[in-house]
Amino acid sequence: MNRIVASFAIGILFGIGLTIAQMVNPGKVLSFLDLAGGWDPSLAFVMGGGAGVAAIGYRLVWRRQRPLLADAFQVPKRTDIDARLVIGGGLFGAGWGIGGLCPGPALAVLALGHGEAVIFMVAMLTGFGLFELFDRVRTKQP
Amino acid sequence: MENFTPFSALAGGCLIGLSAVLMMLLNGRIAGVSGIAGGLLTPVAGDWGWRLAFVLGLIGGPLAYMALGGQLPDIQFPVSSPAGLIAAGLAVGFGTRLGGGCTSGHGVCGVSRLSPRSLVATGAFMFTGFATVFVIRHVMAG
Repeated sequence: MNRIVASFAIGILFGIGLTIAQMVNPGKVLSFLDLAGGWDPSLAFVMGGGAGVAAIGYRLVWRRQRPLLADAFQVPKRTDIDARLVIGGGLFGAGWGIGGLCPGPALAVLALGHGEAVIFMVAMLTGFGLFELFDRVRTKQP
Repeated sequence: MENFTPFSALAGGCLIGLSAVLMMLLNGRIAGVSGIAGGLLTPVAGDWGWRLAFVLGLIGGPLAYMALGGQLPDIQFPVSSPAGLIAAGLAVGFGTRLGGGCTSGHGVCGVSRLSPRSLVATGAFMFTGFATVFVIRHVMAG
């Protein structure tokens, strides 16, 4: 129960961050991605601020033996660069460049009364589902 | 450069970083939105509630910000055709799951700990994001 309450509060904080950073505005995101137009570099400050705080905070948190509400830290340990990583990242960037939404902002903007956000969300969830199907077919093959 | 908002971008980014740190401190997890939300489609007992709570918090974040007296930014959808939104959503959904992360999991959390996979994925989605906007706005638009 504590994990659920904590996760909800963390989600709210994340959503407030996205709102203040204006990442819930696809127009702003696309201005950042438009290097050859009237480039708006603001989003570099969002990612820089987020990664900077996480870099310091993670180091402090990892001094502990375990998290407060779970048994162990679950941090990805893979270091190999495979085709899925590069193709998946590239495909995601292309979709981001078309619509100006990545998964966090796409959820945060959902309840603000824009039909476009709902259409995008249905398609994004369909993409999640298609990946699960693809993954199942691929891992069944010998 | 147009509409450059470095201070709100940095403040919002720091809040996103703080929520990533809290997710690690409390739940021992990476705050990657595509992974957390994507996991909702393949429910595992005991590993579902916190995911849904985080997603609902994210959706409620901007509403909480308004309730606290904050003002929402302008929200514009430069691409608002259903075909464009569906293509974008499918690519973002499938691509983030294939590549194992999005702007939050790879771009903020992974970059902050200098994960090689996250650095490559972030390079890939930034590159195709810039390239896609360039093609749409400066090649196709003439």
